[in-house]
Amino acid sequence: MPILRIIKSETNINFMRIKKLTLFISSILFFLSLSLVFIKGLNLGIDFTGGSLIEVRFKENIDLNNLRMKMNKLDLGEIQLQTIGNGNDIVIKVQDKKNNENTQSETIQIIKNSLSGESVEYRRAEFVGPKVGGELVNAGIIAVIFSLIGILIYIWIRFQWNFAIGAIIALVHDVILTLGFFSVLQLEFNLATVAAVLTIAGYSINDTVVIYDRIRDTMRKYKQITFDKVINISLNGTLSRTLTTSLTTLLALIALYTFGGIVISSFIIALIWGVLIGTYSSVYVASPILTYLKQDNRQIKDGN
Amino acid sequence: MVQFKKWQLFLVILFSLFAIIFSLPNFFSKEILKKLPSFIPSNQIVLGLDLQGGSYLLIEVDTESVISENFESFSDNLRLSLRKNKIPYSKFNIKNNNIFFNIKNENKKDELSKILSKYSQDITFEYVDDKLIKIFFNNQKIKSIQDTSVSQSIEVVRRRVDEYGTKEPSIQRQGKKRILLELPGITDPERLKKLLGKTAKLTFQIIDDDLSWNDLKSGKSKPGTIIYESDTELDPSGSPILYAVKKRNTISGDLLINAFPTLDTSSPVVSFEFNNKGGRKFGKITSENIGKRLAIILDKKIISSPNIREPITGGKGIITGQFTFQEATDLAMLLRAGALPAPLNIIEERTVGPSLGADSIKSGKFASILGFVLIITFMFLIYGIFGIFANIALFFNLLILLAILTSIKATLTLPGIAGIVLTIGMAVDANVLIFERIKEEIKHGLSPIATIDTGYREAFKTIIDANITTLIAAIMLFGLGSGPVKGFAVTLSIGILTSMFTAIMFTRILILIWLKKTSPERINL
Repeated sequence: MPILRIIKSETNINFMRIKKLTLFISSILFFLSLSLVFIKGLNLGIDFTGGSLIEVRFKENIDLNNLRMKMNKLDLGEIQLQTIGNGNDIVIKVQDKKNNENTQSETIQIIKNSLSGESVEYRRAEFVGPKVGGELVNAGIIAVIFSLIGILIYIWIRFQWNFAIGAIIALVHDVILTLGFFSVLQLEFNLATVAAVLTIAGYSINDTVVIYDRIRDTMRKYKQITFDKVINISLNGTLSRTLTTSLTTLLALIALYTFGGIVISSFIIALIWGVLIGTYSSVYVASPILTYLKQDNRQIKDGN
Repeated sequence: MVQFKKWQLFLVILFSLFAIIFSLPNFFSKEILKKLPSFIPSNQIVLGLDLQGGSYLLIEVDTESVISENFESFSDNLRLSLRKNKIPYSKFNIKNNNIFFNIKNENKKDELSKILSKYSQDITFEYVDDKLIKIFFNNQKIKSIQDTSVSQSIEVVRRRVDEYGTKEPSIQRQGKKRILLELPGITDPERLKKLLGKTAKLTFQIIDDDLSWNDLKSGKSKPGTIIYESDTELDPSGSPILYAVKKRNTISGDLLINAFPTLDTSSPVVSFEFNNKGGRKFGKITSENIGKRLAIILDKKIISSPNIREPITGGKGIITGQFTFQEATDLAMLLRAGALPAPLNIIEERTVGPSLGADSIKSGKFASILGFVLIITFMFLIYGIFGIFANIALFFNLLILLAILTSIKATLTLPGIAGIVLTIGMAVDANVLIFERIKEEIKHGLSPIATIDTGYREAFKTIIDANITTLIAAIMLFGLGSGPVKGFAVTLSIGILTSMFTAIMFTRILILIWLKKTSPERINL
């Protein structure tokens, strides 16, 4: 007999009882996130804005204010300093001045020269030209849109149109809430974060499809009960799996967040948030939304 | 129905063997692998620049300038032919690589068409009105100029990188006019960037003294000459001195066969040597211009302008200038590697130092092992003996993933490691789906074998649907282009496929063997 139980073996939670409340909360969060992204904006990394970044490890303790003054004197544009790790690692980020494409790649050299008197070790240096930044924004948006379309089509074929729409609504909900999360905390939004958003999309849709699959089965088994009941039965039937998979994935992600190093930490935070929000949305957004979309039981296709 | 088929067992064993053989070299040091006989696979997974340290440079070739240059020389030729064939024209001008001119005598249109037809492969022309004609390069010509200048640039970049002494650089064309340069082990690319930033177009031309630099400064010019700034000499007001040099009798740097730094009365200079043709031309021109000054022009700046005292017939000479020894060394190196057909701009750079790379490997390894241990413990606690089966499958899943990545020579990046860890988390999902289904079937009170059989069958289609949708998202990640993210997409996609395989085949066979051996009365799950 297994040692641990996530939930007791027979659950009968009436998820649909609070469907209006959860859909209401979700739409509030959705619009809140949207307005945050538009008003407060995202803390875009140099991948998208163009600019330079240097991570320096100082051998001795460093006075951050001193360093900031020194950097500002170079007159390179907007400079951000950020301490990471044990305090001797500093990330210097420069938002390059506009319209001087040719000199920008020299920014790194200028900063290095200004630090030549100190005993330092250069951990990494990045430069992204403004043109490349713009292209990466486009590539990111296109990748997100195409995967949404691809998923939409697949679910449409395997299920039916209302499932496809429900899944996409849940998916867009997750993506927008993730953007809102990044805007609120002003976490750096870079190319890796876009990859994380796409992974979240994949994870969330995975979760949703598992539940939809069960809903389809339940619909076929019980033709006489209300749709709310069908969904409740299906959610209870998949609940143990939903929680177990979320937990195993979270365990892996927490290990990565704690010990994976600073370079990928914002990437991992996005994934952790995505797993939480993806699990929530499969249960409380993707499923209840089906009850509001037109339903025709006779059209249910066989999935085998 | 309870039996697994022989070929399934065979397939599972085959994959396990493959996984063990091809993933194993990753667990040994390079020294040990070298000692092994050659028939044993010894390939290790390729580490991305973010893990092993190195530089990634994305370079754009300024093909526009080559197109303009080509167009200007075409228009010079065209003007010459017009004059030679006595076709009168007016208002000849060039705007955005379009030639416009009026043809004065409309009867000459046929003749003009005949001249233009000689260039018909390269150009398109149209009459804007009765007289005004517009001529421009067609797309084919522009594409061919782009292609040649990019491929020539790649050649020169390769020679310069080789001269610089990089091990295993990767130089690839990307898109229409970009070059992707990956330099493992180069953690301070500043000097290399400087070298790549120079076109290194060298010419030797005779200075025309008819106009003083005051004339030149006030904008006077003389046909047949071209004006350049001096790199070293300044006038009293502090701006560079201008010289007019003759366009005729230009000797270009591609006739050089060797160049090296040396010392001339204790100051660094670059010694050069022409090939036969260059040597003869150099001898002829110097003997015809004794007493005049020779301009040595590098990238549109005069770096030195010695007097010609005697004919230089040996094909050898030196370039003096105000060089440091490092600069002389670099110039010699650039001259040996040849000139770039077009200026290069570095539009993206990512450099990772060796210490950060090593840290990333260390933390990536640790996080993977920790994640793995947490998950197998968790699976055991929840599913007992079934959890152990899933864990064995998970272990082989990782080996297969590693073996595939190693044998397709995929590059492992830090996000790639994250992809693997995420795969560990998601890989158990298929087994979780199956086990949860089995749990439900137990309630129906079927025999153990029937229970397991139904559980697998019911879960199977869900697994397929769920994984294909995730796979769609993973494949779209390839579209994002950049190296590290691609690495993540590769590991995630392969991870999804291998996890489906191991969850469905591996655990199933393990469970069926266990059922046969122990014949339990009922299943505890």
